[in-house]
Amino acid sequence: MTSTRISMGGRIDRSRVINFTFDGKRFAGHPGDTLASALLANGVSLFGRSFKYHRPRGVLSAGVDEPNALVTIVRDAVREPNLPATTVEIYDGLIAESQNRYPSLQFDVGAVNQLASRFLGAGFYYKTFMGPKIWPLKGTRFWMFCEHFIRRAAGLGTAGLEPDRSRYERMNAFCDVLVVGSGPAGLSAAKAAADQGANVIMADIDARFGGSANWSEETIDGAPASEWASAIVQQLATMPNVRLLSRTSVWGYYDSNTLAALERVSDHKTRPSFGEPRHRHWTIRAGHVVLATGAFERPMVFTGNDLPGVMLASAGQRYANEFGVLIGRRVALFTNNDTAYGAALALKRAGATIAAIIDVRKTVSDTARSAAAECYAELITGYAVQTTEGSKQLDGVRIQQFDGQRTTERERLVEADCLLVSGGWSPAIHLASQAGAHPIWNEDLQAFLPPPPTDKWVGAGAFNGTFDTATAIDEGLSAGRTASGNTKPRKTKSSVVEGYKCQPNPAPVFEIKGKGKAFVDFQHDVTADDVRLAHTEGFTSVEHLKRYTTLGMATDQGKTSNVPGMAIMAETIGKPIPEVGSTRFRPPFAPVSVGALAAERFGDLKPERLTPMHDWHIDHGATMYGAGLWYRPMIYGLKGETVEQAYVREARAVRSGVGIVDVSTLGKIAVQGPDAAEFLDRVYTNMFSTLPVNKARYGMMLREDGFVMDDGTTWRLGETEFLMTTTTANAGKVMQHLEYFLDVVWPDLKVHVTSVTDQWAGAAVAGPRSRAVLEACVSGTAVDNAALPFMGIVHGEIAGVKVMICRLSFSGELAYEVYCGANSGTHVWEALIEAGKPHGITPYGLEALGTLRIEKGHVTGAEIDGRTTAHDLHLDWLLSKKKPFIGSAMMNREGLQAEDRLQLVGIIPLDNLPINGGAHIVEELHESHPSDSIGHVTAMCYSPALGKYIALALVKAGKSRRGSRAFVSDPLRKRFGPVEIVSHHFFDPEGSRLHG
Amino acid sequence: MLISCPHCGPRDVSEFTYQGDGNRVRPDHASTDIGAWNAYVYDRVNIAGEHNEIWQHSGGCRMHLSVTRNTLTHKISSSTPVQAARPTQKAARKSRTKA
Repeated sequence: MTSTRISMGGRIDRSRVINFTFDGKRFAGHPGDTLASALLANGVSLFGRSFKYHRPRGVLSAGVDEPNALVTIVRDAVREPNLPATTVEIYDGLIAESQNRYPSLQFDVGAVNQLASRFLGAGFYYKTFMGPKIWPLKGTRFWMFCEHFIRRAAGLGTAGLEPDRSRYERMNAFCDVLVVGSGPAGLSAAKAAADQGANVIMADIDARFGGSANWSEETIDGAPASEWASAIVQQLATMPNVRLLSRTSVWGYYDSNTLAALERVSDHKTRPSFGEPRHRHWTIRAGHVVLATGAFERPMVFTGNDLPGVMLASAGQRYANEFGVLIGRRVALFTNNDTAYGAALALKRAGATIAAIIDVRKTVSDTARSAAAECYAELITGYAVQTTEGSKQLDGVRIQQFDGQRTTERERLVEADCLLVSGGWSPAIHLASQAGAHPIWNEDLQAFLPPPPTDKWVGAGAFNGTFDTATAIDEGLSAGRTASGNTKPRKTKSSVVEGYKCQPNPAPVFEIKGKGKAFVDFQHDVTADDVRLAHTEGFTSVEHLKRYTTLGMATDQGKTSNVPGMAIMAETIGKPIPEVGSTRFRPPFAPVSVGALAAERFGDLKPERLTPMHDWHIDHGATMYGAGLWYRPMIYGLKGETVEQAYVREARAVRSGVGIVDVSTLGKIAVQGPDAAEFLDRVYTNMFSTLPVNKARYGMMLREDGFVMDDGTTWRLGETEFLMTTTTANAGKVMQHLEYFLDVVWPDLKVHVTSVTDQWAGAAVAGPRSRAVLEACVSGTAVDNAALPFMGIVHGEIAGVKVMICRLSFSGELAYEVYCGANSGTHVWEALIEAGKPHGITPYGLEALGTLRIEKGHVTGAEIDGRTTAHDLHLDWLLSKKKPFIGSAMMNREGLQAEDRLQLVGIIPLDNLPINGGAHIVEELHESHPSDSIGHVTAMCYSPALGKYIALALVKAGKSRRGSRAFVSDPLRKRFGPVEIVSHHFFDPEGSRLHG
Repeated sequence: MLISCPHCGPRDVSEFTYQGDGNRVRPDHASTDIGAWNAYVYDRVNIAGEHNEIWQHSGGCRMHLSVTRNTLTHKISSSTPVQAARPTQKAARKSRTKA
């Protein structure tokens, strides 16, 4: 192929030059060029190496259907692989690389795969690497040996290691009418709908609106098609009820007419403009959708049809007319229909010699015949291309007489540097299929067409199988009116379209059988023989065929290969194509960047919840730790302290003196109403109706299936008013749980639940000297043992602010939780700190909090993991026998009573080294061959109270193993060693300390 | 998918939380019939067609809705406040008030 830039024409801006590199070599192009058109203009024909056989590949198409010309774009050291060069717009400084070749695109050692290709057919992996047979050269172990080499040799581009620093955005949009595609049909639909006053969004995947009008040779209403299109685009752009989205692929069609689209905002620029994201993800909710997505031309399947220089006929026309690139000097065409003759005319006009038009049909229409004559082409009917000639690019084609089934011996050579092929057209019905439409096979067009429109979408143009421009415009106008709710017949005249007009109906020929590789799916290197092999091996359903051969599963999702693949399967089975079926298209229509899907859900844009004392913590050296959306102090590290040193110091201060911790993140739910006590009796496993006013009680709730859901204290503030606290993580879940039961199950209960988590600030003051701290700052109430006994509640004031104090303990020390209005959180906190100074009050974080609770054997989310029962956690004492509660029947199921269940135990590593959460407990230790796990570690700390490392674990029949030895096994982190299984009550099991 | 909340109007499904099969009947709270409880907690009909579901407008008014959704088309034919849709419990409440 000797492609060049034509001196005139094309919708590129020749006044400006853009410099870019491909595989390190500098090239120049113009604004309006794609990477493919710019390289073709520079005479480049070899774009990449194929997936499996490393065959040289060029450009097949000019758009999103491109299977071959995949490149990697490198921007600021960030690599984005597998982009079709046909969809990449060039910009100054663009760096592109070819893929799947080593050491270079011209000399690729992987091409030796072609020699072994008879062993690399469909199902190669399954046959070679699956199953137990280990020798000779088979089975899973052999796979493990070969994997490294295969992964290097097969595949596409490689992703980089640099993080993507681009910014992505999300947008929601609503419209009356969404028009997808902006060819003559789409433009007409958008205009008609907008003229009706509807809010219209028109999206096109390309940079330029106009679709086929940009490369058509036709005139519409007297003007060249492209001018007709840009006039309408200009009108639409001035209308306030129209939004135009270029470079936007509508890739998903979901329920309730919700569509997903990706706008490539700044990929075509050297640098994004100020504030511009790279991509913008659109969620569009449309009243009606007009699908004017056009059609994809199909290649023919014949030996060597993947050689660079073989291109779709429409692509050749598009490169000439839209990009001003002549794809060859001496062009041959191979077709089964009349549309390719239009491409021949276009290339002739652009300056190419049309060597021959090879048509599989014995007789062709007069239209085709005169077109062939007009471009001085030899018209060879009843012939087919048998094979291509050339090593890295096309030199010529060998053709043979063809009777509709097979070729005969009479052979001749046609010299050409480019072969344009056309195997008919497949309407782009992807979005309709996603919306649930079942495609209908059309025998005339040899294509799947969309079913009649629904109340959600209406189609227009080539999407409907309408290839005549005037009719497409009519369909567009009607579609736009229908979609905007106008049912009256249209009065305006139809447009007058002049140009090459033909019947698009192809002969039912998809494949020319021969020796050698004839590709169906270029990107995944699936050949016609692979399809037949799949059939031989029993994979006859379309869905099986697809998965066995990976046909249509590459990044192009089989836009060019689906129908040919199905046709070959149909012929092999001996059934008509519609009986073989069509696979359903799934989103996305075109690749979507993960960054756009994740936009604004991470990093700085993730919402965060801060406690009222947050700034104080930061000011006082706290290292913050994300807990869900909350941020909590992990440690208040002193200079030079390790995390362990810090939490040990903080925990020791609590046990020996007094500490203070922010507990504002605990879930808090106000439970109010005459039936509040009754409700809590049903929700909690233990009794709350007997709880006196101004007392709190530790409670546990189960799920309906009898497993533990959450725990916490609930305070009775009045006869009909309770304050429930939940764990930080489960606050939302518990709230929903309560609401569900009140709303759905017990609507007769007069109870109101309100989330008050954010209304209260809370601080826990813990340690033997905590009472002294409170005595120093609390007024309006006594806090001595008589006034404020264990689990008692008093109301008073600290530094002029009303507070509620409950004497309860998570640490096992004498401790109080002080609650006040959130606005006064820091004020009260600082007053407590001030009052505690003489006692050496130490703020402590989550690590120390965890240490104190592990020493006490108290459970948290690590143990209440949704798989443990009250019995497993030794919390049976909370299970009331006097009343039913949620889960009370289900928790008694046999399996949940079994003694070999995972039960909470304490673990002491005998080598006194740390153990990680998630490490396994095993009975026997074999480092090379891990033995069965009998449980896992849930939490670990260095215990200052015990002077050694301790851990909590859930271990099979744990209770009966107390006092016995086992081992920790953590192969990933290489931690093995002996442990002793003990009671989870490491410290002060009698609880004498909390009564102070 | 759009769900029409009787209180807030039509809203995107992302504002709602699925709260389970609307066909299941919870045994009497005091029941110890493990079979009945097991059926309530685990047994589900897998309907291809109109299905009764409970949804909560968790990102809005937090009302629980009784929704009839076609599992094949995702078409929602009705969405009403859950209590109105549960006549047995409403009747129970009435009789209780009378007593």
